[in-house]
Amino acid sequence: MGSGLARHLGIDPVVARLALLALSTAGIGIAVYITLTLVVPTEPETTDPSDPLDVKARARKKGRDISQLLAYIALATGMGVLFLLFGGVFDPLLWFLVFGALGGTILWQQANAAQRDEWVASTPFRGRKGWARTGAGVLLVITGVIGFLAFQQQLSDARAGLTFAIALLSGIALIAAPWIVGLVRERDKERRERIRSQERAELAAHIHDSVLHTLTLIQRRAEDPREVQRLARVQERALRSWLYQRPADAETTVSPALERVAAEVEEAHGVPIEVVCVGDCPIDDGVRATLQAAREAMVNASKYAGVDTVAVFGEVEPDEVLVFIRDRGEGFDLDDLPADRMGVRGSIIGRMERHGGNARIRTAPGEGTEVQLRMPRGAETR
Amino acid sequence: MVDENSFASGRVPRVVIVDDHRLFRSGVRGELGDAVEVIGEAGDVDSAVRVIVEHQPDLVLLDVHLPGGGGVEVLRRVLAKHPEIRFLALSVSDAAEDVIGVVRGGARGYVTKTISGKELANAIVRVADGDAVFSPRLAGFVLDAFSATDAPPMDPELDRLTQREREVLRLIARGYAYKEVAKELFISVKTVETHVSSVLRKLQLSNRHELSRWATARKLV
Repeated sequence: MGSGLARHLGIDPVVARLALLALSTAGIGIAVYITLTLVVPTEPETTDPSDPLDVKARARKKGRDISQLLAYIALATGMGVLFLLFGGVFDPLLWFLVFGALGGTILWQQANAAQRDEWVASTPFRGRKGWARTGAGVLLVITGVIGFLAFQQQLSDARAGLTFAIALLSGIALIAAPWIVGLVRERDKERRERIRSQERAELAAHIHDSVLHTLTLIQRRAEDPREVQRLARVQERALRSWLYQRPADAETTVSPALERVAAEVEEAHGVPIEVVCVGDCPIDDGVRATLQAAREAMVNASKYAGVDTVAVFGEVEPDEVLVFIRDRGEGFDLDDLPADRMGVRGSIIGRMERHGGNARIRTAPGEGTEVQLRMPRGAETR
Repeated sequence: MVDENSFASGRVPRVVIVDDHRLFRSGVRGELGDAVEVIGEAGDVDSAVRVIVEHQPDLVLLDVHLPGGGGVEVLRRVLAKHPEIRFLALSVSDAAEDVIGVVRGGARGYVTKTISGKELANAIVRVADGDAVFSPRLAGFVLDAFSATDAPPMDPELDRLTQREREVLRLIARGYAYKEVAKELFISVKTVETHVSSVLRKLQLSNRHELSRWATARKLV
């Protein structure tokens, strides 16, 4: 135990043991020894006993056992002196000494090397456990000191001494507090700086991986305006979704799903699609069919209308979901749809009707096209 | 219908462009060409307020994000003394809080920077004439914001959209131009403009705190 204490304080074990022995004659050493045994963290077992290479180490340990024996003798001697002085374990003075020593040990243990990292990383008394331990330690020390003084001398003397001590401590606190506060602030500032620089690094990495690459691509494809526009749109969307991250449940409701569908069609066909959505609701089978029909309508508008933008408007009403897909392109005559545009009948009108909704197509040559999709909410459960 | 002094009749509006990207300012200048007369530019809040007060333009093209407090700060400082100056907000941001914030701050319209030069010129003329300009996205926001709650309105006159106003907004959100809206609803373009201006007034004056809460809750579009 003496050696452990010595290591903790960073002094020669022999000095520590002698000091303990000396203290024991006054009684304090015993209390210290007992409390140390109780609360000082045990040394981690660094050597494996089954390891044959450790025989030497164990031999050295035997030497330590002798000094341990000496310590026990010191303890016994101290105890004896103590009993002689105070006449038994029931003397309150002894217990105050024990209290004081116990509290001191707990506080010392708080400053243990193993916990020093935590001290640096965060507030000193982090966690409820740390606070409780510190509080108990301080309480024990105070009880011990006051009790000791009160019994050792007259109570009034003790009070005078106490006042003096408190005044002294207050003075020290006044001197040290700004410095400690400064240290804490400094540390917080450093931590904030670290977080900020990490964020900066992440941002730089992201910009490099996405934006700079796209800009390079755009420079190389400068002669193809359509491709340049497509690249710019794709990058814009990626950057936007990265900047304003959507909630995790993004894909389970109408509004984000509609925007995703539009983004996919846009990427495939290179025509910008502007989506505006009002209200939101979870996706059910009817809504899923509506989204598929909307995709088909967007694809048609992108492929055949010959326009540079398509407008999509989705609206969730209490009793129905509406989606409008509009372009200002050439338009067409519904009555003589070419055979390859049967997608309109099958994938849009047919699909909507199968799920209890309907689709209207308003178009005329030269007037653009608007596909109107209407799906009652909860249609299939009715 | 078009009165002689209006910009729609051919007078060219005098415009100040406020944007912190010089490249963008010169781009807009070039795109607008002869449709407007650009009489000043500014790149931050302080110089913007100075230039606007000095030149007294018909209209200010205002970026939402500006060093020194943003477009909202310019609106606050200029409109306090010169309520006659009209603002058209122009931004890359489609974030609801930006859009609603700047319109409630006093801008009479909101368009995104992807707008074509011709559309921008039209929007400028319209706002300079005292009308409101709603992009499909802004129309969508307004519909959403005014239907965001079932709570009874504090001031029914301001806190609720009429059926007709909703119909107009819905068509704008679907990508219809004012002319097309008018044709669709069998009303005149002037009536469409009246409805949109009325919606703008409600948007700016309604005290419903749901409006701002809605805008902050809905981060992006």
